[in-house]
Amino acid sequence: MTLKRFLGASALCAAIALPALADDDPAIAARQGQFKLFSHNFAVLGGMAQGRVDYDAEAAQTAADNLFHLTRVDQGRLWPEGTDSASVEGTRASPDIWDDLDDFVAKFGALQEAAETMQEVAGTGADEMRAGVGAMGQTCQACHEAYRDEAS
Amino acid sequence: MSARRTLLLGALGLAVAGGLWSLSAPRPMDASALAALDGDARAGSAVFLAAGCGSCHKAPGREADPEILSGGREFASEFGTFIAPNISTDPEHGIGGWSQAEFINAVMRGVSPDGRHYYPAFPYTSYIRADPQDMADLYAYMMTLPADATPSRPQELGFPFNIRRGLGLWKALFLSDDWVVTGDLTEQEARGRYLSEALSHCAECHTQRNALGALDTGRWLEGAPNPSGRGRIPAIAGPDFDWTEFDISAYLESGFTPDFDVVGGTMADVVANLQQLDKEELDAIAAYVMRAR
Repeated sequence: MTLKRFLGASALCAAIALPALADDDPAIAARQGQFKLFSHNFAVLGGMAQGRVDYDAEAAQTAADNLFHLTRVDQGRLWPEGTDSASVEGTRASPDIWDDLDDFVAKFGALQEAAETMQEVAGTGADEMRAGVGAMGQTCQACHEAYRDEAS
Repeated sequence: MSARRTLLLGALGLAVAGGLWSLSAPRPMDASALAALDGDARAGSAVFLAAGCGSCHKAPGREADPEILSGGREFASEFGTFIAPNISTDPEHGIGGWSQAEFINAVMRGVSPDGRHYYPAFPYTSYIRADPQDMADLYAYMMTLPADATPSRPQELGFPFNIRRGLGLWKALFLSDDWVVTGDLTEQEARGRYLSEALSHCAECHTQRNALGALDTGRWLEGAPNPSGRGRIPAIAGPDFDWTEFDISAYLESGFTPDFDVVGGTMADVVANLQQLDKEELDAIAAYVMRAR
């Protein structure tokens, strides 16, 4: 086999190899951790909104403060090209994110705004907090609807 | 082979072909009985939400107009790509010219006004269990929605799936108005079964299909590959599903899972529709899903 043919065959093998795994990619692992922290804190507020636990102004405020700061973490290094669900196994990030990055960023901006409102209302009363939870959930849903695939 | 044997075989072949042809004929419901129903548009708006018509038929890219049912959304499958048709009230491109009986036969039997079979991507396989009165209400409601003149696109299916007459044989095998979950159900569970198995057609996505695309009722609601090819539709029954009745109803109302993840994908539309129903309806679906496990 000539070197050229060998290189060609190697490239072909690499191309048909299984997709990379999400666990191996630090950016994917970091952003998945970020979303776990979102839901870990959102669960405090959501649980109170649904009556699973009693309203506690202090705990609600702490969770809302966390969400405010968590949603302000710079996203610049969390979404490199080639880390979509079609390229990597174990991520639900739709390739559509990179096809319409402006819209994705706008939807993240809506989440940041909702987190800011949440921070203002969370400690002021159960009804105010509940309204904030609904509004914040809408911003999560809008993005998940457009840009998150089904789990495998 | 003797001439007599050839003749016999030929006759047998003709008889089989004739039998299949007759078996594949559309079987509509009695039009005069359907025409006599008196539909109520207000009640029909709740049926519309429960049955999720808009989720598939609203125009892609015009999500802000959920009442424009001009179709065009694509559904990839192993048989080809199904494309939702225009079901707005446009008389030429939509259903504005349909009678109530034609509408109910389309929805509950998958038979078009000109007597052709629809593909079961249109879940008449579930709607067949509906109360015709609910369908008359739905007709009255849908006739109040706006018209849109976008033409329906042809289905993109390969041979032999592009032969619609063959669907008659598929229907003879798989179309049934029997309930899947049976037994001694409470009134609430029975209402939930009606909502889930007849209107909201949960199983159409959440149940595995066989090689011919029919639902495997032995693995009812136990999850399925996503026909789009990316990921799986999750189980809502069986050993992999551990939500409580409260969790299910709360999810349908808010889109929040018990871990406070938030609904996405195609289920987001389902939640957006169902959360507009009375909470008792969501509780009934939850009671049914618990019963189905």
